[in-house]
Order: sequence, then structure tokens, then C-alpha cells
Amino acid sequence: MTKLTYTEKSDTRSGFGDGLLELGRTNPNVVGLCADLIGSLKMGAFQKEFPERFYQVGIAEANMMGLAAGMTIGGKIPFTGTFANFSTGRVYDQIRQSIAYSEKNVKICASHAGLTLGEDGATHQILEDLGMMKMLPNMTVINPCDYNQTKAATIAIADHHGPVYLRFGRPKVPIFTPADQKFEIGKALKMIEGSDVTIFATGHLVWEAIEAEAELEAAGISAEVINIHTIKPLDVEAILESVSKTGCVVTAEEHQMNGGLGDSVAQVLALNQPAPLEMVAVNDSFGESGTPAQLMTKYGIDAKNIIAAAKRVIDRK
Amino acid sequence: MTQPNIAELEKVASQVRRDILRMVHAVNSGHPGASLGCTEFFTALYFHVLNKKLPFDMDGQGEDLFFLSNGHISPVWYSVLARSGYFEVSELATFRKLDSRLQGHPATEEGLPGIRIASGSLGQGLSVACGAAQAKKLNGDSSLVYTLMGDGELQEGQVWEAAMYAPHHGIDNLIANVDFNGQQIDGPTEKVMSLLDLKAKWQSFGWEVIESNGNDMKGLIDSLTLAKSLTGKGKPVMNLMRTDMGFGVDFMVGTHKWHGVAPNDEQLADALSQLEETLGDY
Repeated sequence: MTKLTYTEKSDTRSGFGDGLLELGRTNPNVVGLCADLIGSLKMGAFQKEFPERFYQVGIAEANMMGLAAGMTIGGKIPFTGTFANFSTGRVYDQIRQSIAYSEKNVKICASHAGLTLGEDGATHQILEDLGMMKMLPNMTVINPCDYNQTKAATIAIADHHGPVYLRFGRPKVPIFTPADQKFEIGKALKMIEGSDVTIFATGHLVWEAIEAEAELEAAGISAEVINIHTIKPLDVEAILESVSKTGCVVTAEEHQMNGGLGDSVAQVLALNQPAPLEMVAVNDSFGESGTPAQLMTKYGIDAKNIIAAAKRVIDRK
Repeated sequence: MTQPNIAELEKVASQVRRDILRMVHAVNSGHPGASLGCTEFFTALYFHVLNKKLPFDMDGQGEDLFFLSNGHISPVWYSVLARSGYFEVSELATFRKLDSRLQGHPATEEGLPGIRIASGSLGQGLSVACGAAQAKKLNGDSSLVYTLMGDGELQEGQVWEAAMYAPHHGIDNLIANVDFNGQQIDGPTEKVMSLLDLKAKWQSFGWEVIESNGNDMKGLIDSLTLAKSLTGKGKPVMNLMRTDMGFGVDFMVGTHKWHGVAPNDEQLADALSQLEETLGDY
């Protein structure tokens, strides 16, 4: 495999905004809804080019979820946009009944997820959204890693019939996946081949895992890095195949340890092929104000924590 | 709309009331009170007002749509759907039983014809109806969207989010209806949580508001005809429909006590003796 590098950074929410704009041009059934956060969600370009297919909902997220459910009746494909905490916890019952249980083709697009929201603090730093959404029957849950992948995922979910939760974030992060990638829902991506330990990472933590791998390699440890961009349905086959080779696992995510990717991987291992597992995730705590980098360090979810976890888990083999 | 045959519609309503009582009695659960109170509304809607197409199609393009927001009154809806041809009347016997398409609260998962969204958790139907109405506009579809909410349900905040949204976006292909029976589970609405002047509330939110008597078939159809004539004028339409919970059965009428309680064998016999079997029991 070629070494993964980057020359440019961008925010994953811009990948969403640009993907949505492209969808507007190619799929006349795609409609956008936003709860007073057009700039934050990067939905302005879509709104400008397709004003007749864009709905300003105001600060009323529960209504937005119901509207989106209703718009699917008649063939529209609604993309709702607001922050991740207002896309999930605030409207969980609306999503559960009107979207998931009713099997509506709504795309819930959620920005500013996790600690990397930064200075706004814990009220907005949702770390429970993946867990809430993956528990819902019928729901697909996607957490892409960079601008290009978020754009590709945004485009791909329009062709998937059924409710989808698409999670992305605020800060500018390295762009290291190809611009021309085809996004395949539920298909884990091997980023780096290795043999001593597998690191399953999702979202912003994929880049941290790649940085961790470089340092592990320098220390003589061969780590495999796999990008789990789809939390549900989980690519069980890819997980088991990698673990058969490496024999131990680190999971890495910007989420609570309870209910996140680590839980899902632990379930797969326990049911199929038990192996030592270390979880890099927020440990039953709310966040706080700070820069994204400061918060990732303080709450234990940066590359250094992945390195330490990899060394610990190898010792447990 | 053609001229309604009120006598025929009242015959249907009598049978629907029998269906409701027999369905909830059979499983000793369900919500007869507001189902009985809304029987004229559902009968008028499905046998006269709605421009509907069969067989059922989820997308409903080119036909009027109806969304029930207060899903607990599923018995009246199921009866009217069956009696108007959406599915076999005999299927009413499966209400609330294992493996049935007639879930306690309406759902889409089992594929029951006529149901386009799950409801039961209150306050969500008006938002869904607004979205469906806007999809119709995008599709150049001039048919209408109807929804029904309970009056107690108006205590849910989401209703008022949608109430604010619809006039702002000029949703004028929507007729919302409120089952204004003044009762909820814990007692009269005015004791549990006052609704105060509902007409003024909806008017101040920018709706065209009419008032009707939901238990007078002729008057109700006139009101729904008026509501229809008010669509297409830039505003959503609200029909505040006065009903009596339990209407049609003397010992059930006007009280919240029959909100979610099934009659026993004796009570069922008493109730059925007050309602003519007009179309044949299922």
C-alpha cells in the first residue's frame, strides 16, 4: 500500500455541503431542510441553486423530522441538516416513530458531532449519537473520515432507500482519501495493512489511527488500520478477517465508550472470535470548552492514546 | 363533491360503531371513546370527502391523503378503511392480536393498506401532513392533505412548531382537524391543561379556522365542504370539530372514562342494542 499523506485540510461538513449541491444537480427528488443553521451545515450553495427544493424550518427540529418523513410520501428524498445533538437526542422519538419505524427515506445529516466541535462546550458536543442511532431498527449509521469521503457518502446515501444517519464535524482535518472514491455503504476500508494489531477507527479518528500507525511502525509494531465508516450495518466479515490475522484489536472513535463503535466491535468479537480489545473513546464523561486538539488529548482520543492502547492490547495477546 | 346521501352515511357510521365496540371487546383493550366520537368524521371523510384511489399506493400521487396523528383511535380508522375497500372486513377480527396488520396503534411495517405513517406517540402528525402537502406542491399535484389530532394532543410542543411552519410556507393544500371533545386520559382538558381559546390560538398563528359539530353528519359534511373551499388561498385550514367522546352509546358518551377501556360482555350487548347492524358484522 502507498503511504497515506495529505496536502490539504478541509471540514467534513463542507464535504456534505458540496455533495448535497451535486445531488441537487443530478437528482430532482433531493430536497434540503435546515433548522436555522444553513451556514454551519454548508447548505447555502444548495439553497441558492435550488430555492424551490430547500426548506428553512426555523429552530424546530422535531417539526423538521416530521416534515421530512411526510415529504418522502410522494417520492422526495429529504436531507435534514442541523447539529448532531439536535439531530438525535432532541428528536429521538420523532425519528423512532415517524422515520425509522415508518421506514421513511429520510437522510438525517448531522454536523458538529463530538468533542471537535470545540469551544461551544458539552451542551453541543454530543458523544452519544452513534449509540442512539444504531439501536434503531431500519437505521443505517455512517461516520465518514474526511472531506472526500463525506462528499462521496452524501451522494451515495441518496441511492440507498431507507433512513440514514450521516455524521460529520466542524474542524478542518486532513484530506487523505481519494476525490474519485465510490462510497459503498457497509464496506469497511483497509487503509494500512499490518499483522500485529488491528485498529478499527471511525470518523475523525481514522487520521489519528494513521498517525499512530507510523509511530508504531517506527517502534517495530505492524498495525493494520481499517476505516469503519459505516457503524451500521457493520462489516462483520472484514472485522473477523483482520482479527484472524492480528489477534487483537483497538477501536477508536469520537464517542462515548458506551454504545459506540467499540461496543459494536466487542459484540462481533464476543459472538464470533474472542480477542483482546482496547477502546479509545470518551469514558462516561461529558466534554467541555477548549480547542479540538486540547479536548482530544484531555479526553484520551488522540493518536498517542491509540499507540498506548495498541501496545497494551498486544501485551494481552 | 357529489351530493352526500346522509341516510346512507349514517348507516355506515352505525356499523362502524359496532365494529369499534366489537374490536376492543374482543381483545379487552383499545380506545373506544374518541373512536366513537370521531365516527362521523371518518365516515364522511372516506365515504364522501376524500378523492382516494384503490388499490392503496404509499406515494398517493394524484389523490387526497389522510394522516391520523392521535393514533390510539385506530379502531375507527381500521373499520372505515375496511368498510371502504382498503382491506377485507374480516381482518378486523385480528385487531391487536399477534401477527396482525392491525396494530394497537397504526403502523406501516406490516403493510396495512391505508396507513402511510406510524402514529401513537402524540404530536407528530401535523408535521408529517405539512411535509406531504409540500411534496404534493413540488410534484404539481393539486390534491389535498388531511390530518386529525386530538385536542389533548395539542399540549405537545411539536404541534405548535408545525402550526408556525405551515402558514409561513404558505401550505394551503392542507386541512387539519382537531377532535375537540374536551377530554383526555386524566380528565377534562380544562382541568388537566387548559386549551383556552383554540380558535384564537390557531388564528393568531395564521390559520384559516372554521368550527364544526363533528357528530352531526350533515353539518360536518357542510363544514368539510367549506374547509375545502378555503384551500388554495395561501393559508392552511383548521377545522375545530366539537365532538362527544363515546357518542352513540348512552353510557359512554361525554366522559373520559371510556378513553382506553373496553366494554365487558354485558356492556357490549347493551351498546350494540343501541346501534343498528346495517352492513353486517365482520
